[in-house]
Amino acid sequence: MTIANQELNTIAAQEYRYGFITDIEADVAPRGLNEDIVRWISAKKNEPEFMLEWRLKAFRHWEKLQAEQQTPTWANVHYPPINYQDIIYYSAPKAKEKLESLDEVDPELLRTYEKLGIPLEEQKRLAGVAVDAIFDSVSIATTFREELAKHGIVFCSFSEALQKHPDLIQKHLGSVVPYSDNFYAALNAAVFSDGSFCYIPKGVRCPLELTTYFRINTAETGQFERTLIIAEEGSYVSYLEGCSAPMRDENQLHAAVVELIAHKDAEIKYSTIQNWYPGDQDGKGGIYNFVTKRGKCAGSNSKISWTQVETGSAITWKYPSVILQGDNSIGEFYSVALTKAKQQADTGTKMVHIGKNTRSKIIAKGIAAAEGSNTYRGLVRIGSRADNARNFTQCDSLLIGDRCGAHTTPYVEVLNNTAHLEHEAFTSRVDEDMLFYCNQRGLSMEDAQSLIINGFCKEVFQKLPFEFAVEATRLLELNLEGTVG
Amino acid sequence: MLEIRNLHASVNDTPILRGINLTIQPGEVHAVMGPNGSGKSTLAFVLAGRPGYEVTSGSALYQGQDLLEMMPEDRARAGLFLSFQHPVEVPGVRLDQFLRAGFNAVSKSRGLEELDPLKFDRLLRRRVKTVNVDPQMTRRSVNEGFSGGEKKRNEVLQMAVLEPALAILDEPDSGLDVDALRSVAQSINDLRTPENALLLVTHYQRILNYVVPDRVHVLVNGRIVKSGGKDLALDIEANGYDGYEEAANPTLAQPASP
Ligand SMILES: Nc1ncnc2c1ncn2[C@@H]1O[C@H](COP(=O)(O)OP(=O)(O)OP(=O)(O)O)[C@@H](O)[C@H]1O
Ligand SMILES: [Mg+2]
Repeated sequence: MTIANQELNTIAAQEYRYGFITDIEADVAPRGLNEDIVRWISAKKNEPEFMLEWRLKAFRHWEKLQAEQQTPTWANVHYPPINYQDIIYYSAPKAKEKLESLDEVDPELLRTYEKLGIPLEEQKRLAGVAVDAIFDSVSIATTFREELAKHGIVFCSFSEALQKHPDLIQKHLGSVVPYSDNFYAALNAAVFSDGSFCYIPKGVRCPLELTTYFRINTAETGQFERTLIIAEEGSYVSYLEGCSAPMRDENQLHAAVVELIAHKDAEIKYSTIQNWYPGDQDGKGGIYNFVTKRGKCAGSNSKISWTQVETGSAITWKYPSVILQGDNSIGEFYSVALTKAKQQADTGTKMVHIGKNTRSKIIAKGIAAAEGSNTYRGLVRIGSRADNARNFTQCDSLLIGDRCGAHTTPYVEVLNNTAHLEHEAFTSRVDEDMLFYCNQRGLSMEDAQSLIINGFCKEVFQKLPFEFAVEATRLLELNLEGTVG
Repeated sequence: MLEIRNLHASVNDTPILRGINLTIQPGEVHAVMGPNGSGKSTLAFVLAGRPGYEVTSGSALYQGQDLLEMMPEDRARAGLFLSFQHPVEVPGVRLDQFLRAGFNAVSKSRGLEELDPLKFDRLLRRRVKTVNVDPQMTRRSVNEGFSGGEKKRNEVLQMAVLEPALAILDEPDSGLDVDALRSVAQSINDLRTPENALLLVTHYQRILNYVVPDRVHVLVNGRIVKSGGKDLALDIEANGYDGYEEAANPTLAQPASP
């Protein structure tokens, strides 16, 4: 092995920068999971009766799946069995009764978010970003409320929405991802502790980027948040979530559910920058990120696009999907997934074409470095009534070094012969020749890598809101910074 | 400018360069000719610092510095440019971005102004004109899908942008049609100044009609076996390397021991 190759293979040495632990008193549920815990969580949050009932149904379903050992096993990821009785399902920072403004938030907590570079203070108004922050299980602060309220937009924690808009939740909860959808969706439905809720009324174009930041702090805690976004007829919203967690030796479970509903002529743009702790060089610790995200284009001419930059987590299992029910509706999926050290990612999307003239586009970019394993898994299904449906899929892989792996597993099911599908895929390798060529033009090893990687991810980064595109670029650079010498 | 003394280098533990001596002064053009596999590209790569090319003995001074101790990017920043015999494709990276990144890296190391995309675009457009390439080329991914000739022209464009003190051109003329050859050769000539120097590797005498060399060296079997004026190129064109091979390796007649 030549020198450059060794360099390529040690690229993953960059340390995780968000791995600090915040010292804060927390209100913690007893370890383990049973019906009492589900009731405990629901009572803690003072939930309406329908919510508890739904949780209990979900819990019983999950118990059944657990008994039948129906955990998903088809993904190309490998990990020891999870002991679900050894997890803490709820942890909230102890705080004053109700938080009316940021001044009341524990300063220690605000400092944490500052370290994470999250624009929580109102001074960031200029940036046009409204932020909801979820710390362990509970939503801490939502900024820009008044501004949003003027437009009739609701953007708050899920818990608060349950108190203030129970009817909206009851109507939509589980309508896109039912609790019975899969093992982790059932688990989430039973024990989810908080999340974000967003409602855009008819004809309103949300003037701000809405943002939620998730942070796991307490040890041995699972984080189960639930996000529900409803875009009424003719409305538009762009929403972004970011995630991080401290470095801990044991694995932590994160099983979230996101449901999006776009009515007639509405558009939802949902972006994720996922930077959960990936574990160390040897694969010790890190987040298990088992997430179910799905959007429904319920009305005609509606549009949902998912953009994700996945750089963290020990294991990622995630397939943001779109159900194209309304005629002429559009579903998009833009993804960059990076795996390094011993990280594993099995991610992709499902585009389910039901309505006529529905269109979907999938651009998936997988980057594997060191011993990372990266799998794209996608399904495009064209239903029998989906006349003139179109799909374009492009899944590309970039390999850095010679010990990593990339796999693509596209599935296609077509029940209507007017469908038009296109598929492109290519794999390239950042090899010594390419790096030397860049070096010879004056670029350092790191600059060369970031240039090549940015070039590779361009089509996806372009879809992110501008300030987050910059963040995503920086994140990839940090993640790939190697020991060059 | 460049002083190479008794340079030996190996690739994968196989000795390729076996004692190169070569001195280049500012303003000079040196041509290197030699049969396939004689070590011309190896010499170019060793000078540019390509990983995997191991110097086993000898020295190379560039502008008074120990060249062989420098990182490849530092050599580039110090004004050493290599035009590749086989330019590399960098998928997804636009040529103009690639060139700006290189230009700014070089400028920065010299304490000069780094250019924003607009300013750089103006500079690039001037260079595109000088080198006479299709302006659309700068918006495509570096070398991706370029024809052989376009790749060669692109190398010359990069040279024009980076304005090196010492340019090592490894077969800038191979694979070019007659008109392209003239155009590339003229561009190379236009880039000459009394301060910079050229080390030009070629198989053909033709390019030397435009870029007239001060010295021509014949490289055979990892050694320079003969040096002379520009007429040496004419002699090789007419008679080939037969005589030189014997000169390089007088033991060749006997069973060879590598
Ligand atoms: N990476 C490598 N591994 C093994 N041998 C190599 C390697 N690179 C070069 N060589 C060998 O070194 C010798 C010199 O090669 P080099 O490319 O320098 O020749 P050249 O003079 O440029 O030839 P050409 O005129 O064909 O371009 C050849 O025998 C070649 O096979
Ligand atoms: Mg050669």
